[in-house]
Amino acid sequence: MQARITQQMTRTKLGPVSNIPPGEGRVYCVDGENIAVFHTRSGAVYAVQALCPHRGGPLADGLVGGTTLICPLHAWKFDLTTGEALFGDCGLKTFPVHIDDDEHMIVLDGK
Amino acid sequence: MAKKQLVVIGNGMAGARTVEEILQRGGAEQFDITMFGEEPTGNYNRILLSNVLNGSYKEDEIFLNPLSWYEENNIRLHTGKKASGLLRRARLVYGEDGQPEAYDKLIIATGSRAFIPPMEGTTMADGSLKPGVFVFRTLEDCRQIADWAKGKQTAAVIGGGLLGLEAARGLQNFGLDVSIVHLAGHLMPQQLDATAGAMLKTSMEKLGMKVLLNKNTAAILGADRVLGLRFADGGTLECDMVIISAGIKANWEIAAGCGLTVERGIVVDDQMRCPDDPDIYAVGECAQHRGHVYGLVAPLWEQAKVLADHITGKNTKAAYHGSKVATKLKVMGVEVASMGIVDPQTPDDEVVQFSEPKRGTYKKLIIRDGRLVGGILLGDISKAAYLIQTFDRNTPLPEERLHLLFDIGDPPKQVTFAEIGANAQVCNCNGVSKGAIVACVNSGKRNAKAVMDATRAGMGCGSCKSMVTEIVQWACGGETEEDPSVHYYVPGVPLTKPELIRAIQERNLRSVSAVFDYLAGGKEDAASKPGLASLLKTLWKGEYEDEKDARFINERVHANIQKDGTFSVVPQMPGGITSPAQLRQIAFVAEKYHVPLVKLTGGQRIDLLGIRKDDLPKVWHDLDMPSGYAYGKSYRTCKSCVGSDFCRFGLGDSISLALKIENEFQGFDSPHKMKLATAGCPRNCSEAMVKDLGAVAVEGGKWEIYIGGAAGSSVRKGDILCIVDSHEDVLKYMGRFIQYYRENAKYLERTHGFVTRVGMDQIRAVVVEDSEGIGERLDREIAESKAAYQDPWKGAWLPANENQFASVLPVLS
Repeated sequence: MQARITQQMTRTKLGPVSNIPPGEGRVYCVDGENIAVFHTRSGAVYAVQALCPHRGGPLADGLVGGTTLICPLHAWKFDLTTGEALFGDCGLKTFPVHIDDDEHMIVLDGK
Repeated sequence: MAKKQLVVIGNGMAGARTVEEILQRGGAEQFDITMFGEEPTGNYNRILLSNVLNGSYKEDEIFLNPLSWYEENNIRLHTGKKASGLLRRARLVYGEDGQPEAYDKLIIATGSRAFIPPMEGTTMADGSLKPGVFVFRTLEDCRQIADWAKGKQTAAVIGGGLLGLEAARGLQNFGLDVSIVHLAGHLMPQQLDATAGAMLKTSMEKLGMKVLLNKNTAAILGADRVLGLRFADGGTLECDMVIISAGIKANWEIAAGCGLTVERGIVVDDQMRCPDDPDIYAVGECAQHRGHVYGLVAPLWEQAKVLADHITGKNTKAAYHGSKVATKLKVMGVEVASMGIVDPQTPDDEVVQFSEPKRGTYKKLIIRDGRLVGGILLGDISKAAYLIQTFDRNTPLPEERLHLLFDIGDPPKQVTFAEIGANAQVCNCNGVSKGAIVACVNSGKRNAKAVMDATRAGMGCGSCKSMVTEIVQWACGGETEEDPSVHYYVPGVPLTKPELIRAIQERNLRSVSAVFDYLAGGKEDAASKPGLASLLKTLWKGEYEDEKDARFINERVHANIQKDGTFSVVPQMPGGITSPAQLRQIAFVAEKYHVPLVKLTGGQRIDLLGIRKDDLPKVWHDLDMPSGYAYGKSYRTCKSCVGSDFCRFGLGDSISLALKIENEFQGFDSPHKMKLATAGCPRNCSEAMVKDLGAVAVEGGKWEIYIGGAAGSSVRKGDILCIVDSHEDVLKYMGRFIQYYRENAKYLERTHGFVTRVGMDQIRAVVVEDSEGIGERLDREIAESKAAYQDPWKGAWLPANENQFASVLPVLS
């Protein structure tokens, strides 16, 4: 019982998909932690840590193409699906996230 | 499917290299490979033979493919066995021992041998060379020369070409007195003109050699061993040994014997195939392509690649188009580099030369249509790497010819990259060392772009890009692989800029996503987005469909991102002119938003730094000043000196010109930022001569227009585009250049790079003389861009989307 409650508490409705213009990212603060959420032009959503592991660049301000993210400060590159560094020596923490079919809400599945 | 039989006749640099290239293309799955090698060893670097002779290399250090390599790759190698016959109908090659090898595909790489000019007494009765007479082609020749030289006093080298001089220098190491006997009027006639040849003679004589020119050797004297030479003019020279180095002759006999077309070499087409037999190829010094037989290694490498592409089916369209030939002489203490032709061939050929006979320095370049077609460097060859590359790629030369010959005003350049320590930092922005670049090359990245992508070297300010490229080439041993994407405007759309512009206009593509959909197979590339957005805005102006996600964050929020994620705000202030009221307003805003740093910029403006993204619209609203575009890959600003109103030296009104310029070009997207300045006199207080575009007033009411200046990561004085009489003409020609640059520069190419790449002659012809008849169109494009200008800060209270400036969004539940 206890375990189920924890599970439920970690699911977070972030807001409508329309909050994030296609191809861009926005930051949400969940339980005191900032998370960058991206809405790609193909309609998928991804969530990763908000700051670049290199020098703390704001990743939500980066450029997205396909599932590649480029940090705006020094162009470190990451794969949004896995968090893997495509250029740079440290990857990103990723969070499971999906779009709720009925309400078109972005839902963070857990942290 | 059964494997085909591939037989290679010849195991020298051409044969073995071609097999390597075939293996690299997965050839081991298609072919069983058999090789014939006349020499008893694996393949070695023949170019280094003179280094073995002079003792700077040991024999085992010059092997490229040891015998184990053949085993590892399942290649059957017949060492010490010459192929002596070829039956095309039966598809059989015979070894000297009469054993046949069947083939499906055959490669002839028999190389060449020394040409022995007709001289009395060269050979003995049995046809062998007279004891003491040598040629210099193989490792075995090298050993025999070294054995014979021991204890001897004097030697003569017949032939004063590249190889002859290297051999002569090698013989000196055995303590011999060496004479060079040369038929022509100056040394190295293939590579040098008469002046350079004469200076080289002096240099060789300083090394202790005798050089005899215009000497035709008629006979080698001595009954059973060499005693001396007799010349056609009757003179003689005593010597204990003779090396004949009078040129090479292609080994084409095996091909001629079975009816293949042979001229000076075995004739091949652009796929290195014999035109008479599609299953037979020839490569290297035995092959003749479009009338040329090459005796150098670089062409061979190119040929081997094409052959391998074709024979493996990897790229059946691969074609060899001939090579441009450049050489360096490897003689200790004498530096010679040469490329292309040695004397001008048409009246329009431009010759740039420098001669300092006393120090043995001579430099001569032959330039045709702004491109290098020939060059000789003697004594100081520090510019050789750059010039050979320029020659090889046929790239346009910079206007300033002096810099082609000397490094002036630049830090002294390392002679070779071998001398730089592995820890030396090459890219100062991203902290990439020479060692890291070399390691990256060794890990398989074989071109500059791949290395830059992987290491980020050259990806900061970009000023070290050319050095990174040179180091990559050096680390690859000169064999970089061309990455076609270097010619694309952006990496994610496989089109050059003119092709891309045409495609965008033909298909009426007005947004970045449409370009990816129609021209890149629907595949988005993040790094390509800002470049495409910039180009689309330039082409469609007000009709451009702005997609914010395609823009770099600076252009998304019209401010310059800082290291902590805050932004800087720079209001427009053309010419650096402000007013008390404006200053009060700026002060008010700075206090209201607790701006941590207020600073004057290099462009004579005021920068408010450390502003939160959420505050940007409010700051703009309160400032009520237009955007200064200090964040964009765009026209930035035009600064100015005091000009003629107050300055006692001022010749022209630079302030009002700066205001007009700003009004004309403000907000223009461009391939990179454009910083401008106007100066009221040639004292150049506003530094107009080192801006992307500058106007400098000179006596007589005239303005000099400078373009391509730089004073950032590169420093360069601009070139004068033209001199005009009025502010209106300054605007007109600046506008034409700006539009020409916007349409033709690569993304992120500053004007100084563009000007040096395209060349001032071309730019002046188009922009000033209107040689292409596009002047009026360029004017029109500028007028349309100007009409489409909108101050982005004016829309501060009408954001593109409701949370465009939100740094954090609230969570619902």
